Amino acid sequence: MIPPKLQEFLDDLHLFPDRAERIQALISLGEEFENPSTTELPRTPQGRVPGCESEVFVSSSPRPDGTLDYRFAVDNPQGISAMALARILMAGLSGAPLDQVQEVSDDLVYTVFGRELSMGKSLGLTGMVRMAKFEASRAI
Amino acid sequence: MSNIEDRGYANPEMLVDTEWVAEHLNDSNVRIIESNEDPLLYSSGHIGGAVEVDWTRDLNDPIKRDYLHRDAFEALTSRLGISQETTLVFYGDKNNWWATYAAWVFQLFGHQNVRIMDGGRIKWLKEGRPLSKEVPSYPATTYAGPPRDDSTVRSFRHEVMTHVQRGGKLIDVRSPEEFNGTRLHMEAYPNEGALRGGHIPGARSVPWAKAIDAEDGTFLPADQLRDLYENGADVHPDEDIVVYCRIGERSSHTWFVLKYLLGFTKVKNYDGSWTEWGNLVGAPIEK
Repeated sequence: MIPPKLQEFLDDLHLFPDRAERIQALISLGEEFENPSTTELPRTPQGRVPGCESEVFVSSSPRPDGTLDYRFAVDNPQGISAMALARILMAGLSGAPLDQVQEVSDDLVYTVFGRELSMGKSLGLTGMVRMAKFEASRAI
Repeated sequence: MSNIEDRGYANPEMLVDTEWVAEHLNDSNVRIIESNEDPLLYSSGHIGGAVEVDWTRDLNDPIKRDYLHRDAFEALTSRLGISQETTLVFYGDKNNWWATYAAWVFQLFGHQNVRIMDGGRIKWLKEGRPLSKEVPSYPATTYAGPPRDDSTVRSFRHEVMTHVQRGGKLIDVRSPEEFNGTRLHMEAYPNEGALRGGHIPGARSVPWAKAIDAEDGTFLPADQLRDLYENGADVHPDEDIVVYCRIGERSSHTWFVLKYLLGFTKVKNYDGSWTEWGNLVGAPIEK
């Protein structure tokens, strides 16, 4: 089962079958992303997303109910795709049951961005999904 | 970095700086073209008046592994309001990697009136120059170009095989790990790998990004480029040279450097590159 909040994002994006409109929606999400300072989210080697050309870092913190808040840092002013995905993952996965987060498909990247994403870009973004899932697996 | 005209290039007119672009934004004889890897980047903001060429949608045949053909190219240039006389200025992300790739594809159709904006998109941004989200629209043109001609700038595998058998020189622009075969694909690009690792026999390793000033993303001066290629890799302007990478995009950057900045007259890009050679039954490989 896809975490309900993540599903809401996907449903919203499906409202834009036109590629240009979807790109605009994703850009809007990316522009909403607020990059945390190094104090708020330390950039550690363990938290660095592998394969992502933008410098992207992930961390998580536990909620009282045992779920996690997921946070990303994107240290690349041109990393608009990474920012958009970070915004989706932070809002879509935070508070979701850990087993649901672990079951999120890596193909989420294609669902969000479409198949026309280049190989390198898709794999970097997939790394962000995998790192969020890894955070969930560590918390179980 | 010094002025372009002071760097000793063989064809300095092939590069323009950001200031030149800023001064020609409203020049009807100039079309500024952004070409990126990131599909969101152009729409998130681009140089005012710039159009986009998307390498995945605009430059490739949609079915087979090949570039677009004449009809599709004429449709593309018509849509972008380009005539055969238009000066095209390409720029983009990743140190103009995709910009030079697009410029190389345009040359297959004989459109040689192209320039590259030195430093690419990131230099424009670092200089605090404005971006626009407005997608411009230009009157459609009728572009009656010549048929695609692969013979002058593109090399196919049978030609590379003959080149190797003759002891011809090649430049492998991939990472050292890909060159020596310890990695079968570029980091983060596993699906663009090959069944065998190594390099084409006789190739010399010069990773493409060595031609770039790491500070501002501009091309290195000619003396440093000559040291890199002529002294470092023993390739010279009058020789037949083949450049390659995985699928021919990184090597289009090196093709541009050798052909235009250093004046190599017989350099071709082997776009089949390692994804073809490293999967080709019986092809000779060195490690």
